[in-house]
Amino acid sequence: MRPVAVIGMGKTAFGAFPQKDLRALAVEAGQKALADAGVAPEQVEAFYLGNFAGPSFVGQSHLAPYIAGAMGITGVPCTRVEAACASSGSAFFHGVSAVGAGLYDLVLVSGVEKMTSAETPRVAEILAMAGDCATEGKAGATFPALFALIAKRHMHQFGTTREHLAAVAVKNHANGAKNPDAHMKKVITPQQALAGKMIADPLTIYDCSLVSDGAASVLLCPLERAHEFTSQPVRVLGLAQTSDYVALDRKADITCFPALQAAARKAYQMAGLGPDDVDLAEVHDCFTIAEIVAIEDLGFAPKGRGGFFSFDGETAIGGSKPVNTSGGLKAKGRPVGATGVAQICDLVLQIRGEAGERQVAKHRIGLAQNLGGSGATCVVTILGGVA
Amino acid sequence: MTLGTVYSETTIFAPPREFLADAPYQLLIVTLDDGGRVTGRVLGDTVHIDDRVELAEDRGGVPFFRLRIEAS
Repeated sequence: MRPVAVIGMGKTAFGAFPQKDLRALAVEAGQKALADAGVAPEQVEAFYLGNFAGPSFVGQSHLAPYIAGAMGITGVPCTRVEAACASSGSAFFHGVSAVGAGLYDLVLVSGVEKMTSAETPRVAEILAMAGDCATEGKAGATFPALFALIAKRHMHQFGTTREHLAAVAVKNHANGAKNPDAHMKKVITPQQALAGKMIADPLTIYDCSLVSDGAASVLLCPLERAHEFTSQPVRVLGLAQTSDYVALDRKADITCFPALQAAARKAYQMAGLGPDDVDLAEVHDCFTIAEIVAIEDLGFAPKGRGGFFSFDGETAIGGSKPVNTSGGLKAKGRPVGATGVAQICDLVLQIRGEAGERQVAKHRIGLAQNLGGSGATCVVTILGGVA
Repeated sequence: MTLGTVYSETTIFAPPREFLADAPYQLLIVTLDDGGRVTGRVLGDTVHIDDRVELAEDRGGVPFFRLRIEAS
């Protein structure tokens, strides 16, 4: 595969935007990414769109050409990718693969979700469709409930506590408060997190990520052409997408995500790097327990120690391994189909040294991890600056 | 009789619309003695990880388990 670079990025703020529809959000992010690299819509050779449930949330299908057309991108392959929460991580995987294979030079990859126009119970129903509807859904499982099952087992086996979970929420809220584009810019205390309304025991409202509107885009090209478009290209050093059973009860061990571990192994191998080489990471904290499991599966903390690692402040902006400096899904927001590309955007900002108040000191190598459902799709990306 | 051990459990306080009348209710994953795991619900007393349970009934394909009191 030839080396691939990210040459432009753009995202909307994440939040509740009654005045912006799905297409307007996606177009805003896409146009920002094109402008960032000084590329015209007519130059784009393919468009990949990550979107989980546009047809269910807003009643529109055929979304990739629908959005591309509104940006002036026509006549080229426009493809929507659906992989639950990992929809745009997967779109990114396919976009990079296509550029790497030499099919195209300039590829736009976006992610979008418009969620806040639906009523809360309907949102819960749509999100539950990312699980196994015939077994989990029929039994009354919600998405938080699946991660609550993971949390309970993790606590049972490893001594992880609710205070550990709360530490993740507190840290991500603190980071979100430094991110002008975050949905939730409110600092919270551990006491608040622990006293939150119970959703699925042991997860309170503060352990759950948000329901948000938003979009994010990146523009890709072969590394050898990157300097035609930007003085600060970011190289894709490692990338892998993996899969697993959709139903949680099919997994031998629910205290880890085997697909995540496999994706991490492959991405590290492709990059010729290991966990210690990663300066910062954006991980898929759809629930606080998911961040704890992710930092274990990625090798940042030993198995079973993710909660302790978080509680000890190692993942804070000033810690040894900053995780979710953007605020993560918890505070930055979770427009489901936009989360994967948004992670890439946030790492690009950090690697370029443009992350403002949340900028970390060491920002050469960044890792993004996007998870679909309760671990049935996983995408791990390792990015690095080009000297 | 179908027997098993509780692998994990949670009590759901924010259910989908269809299950509003049941809330709060306990969901669990059971490791069956005969092998494999299933996702189901709990009848009667609250159960905890490692508790022994038995299949009480099947409601439209959803297994409902209850705590099993075994002589020790």
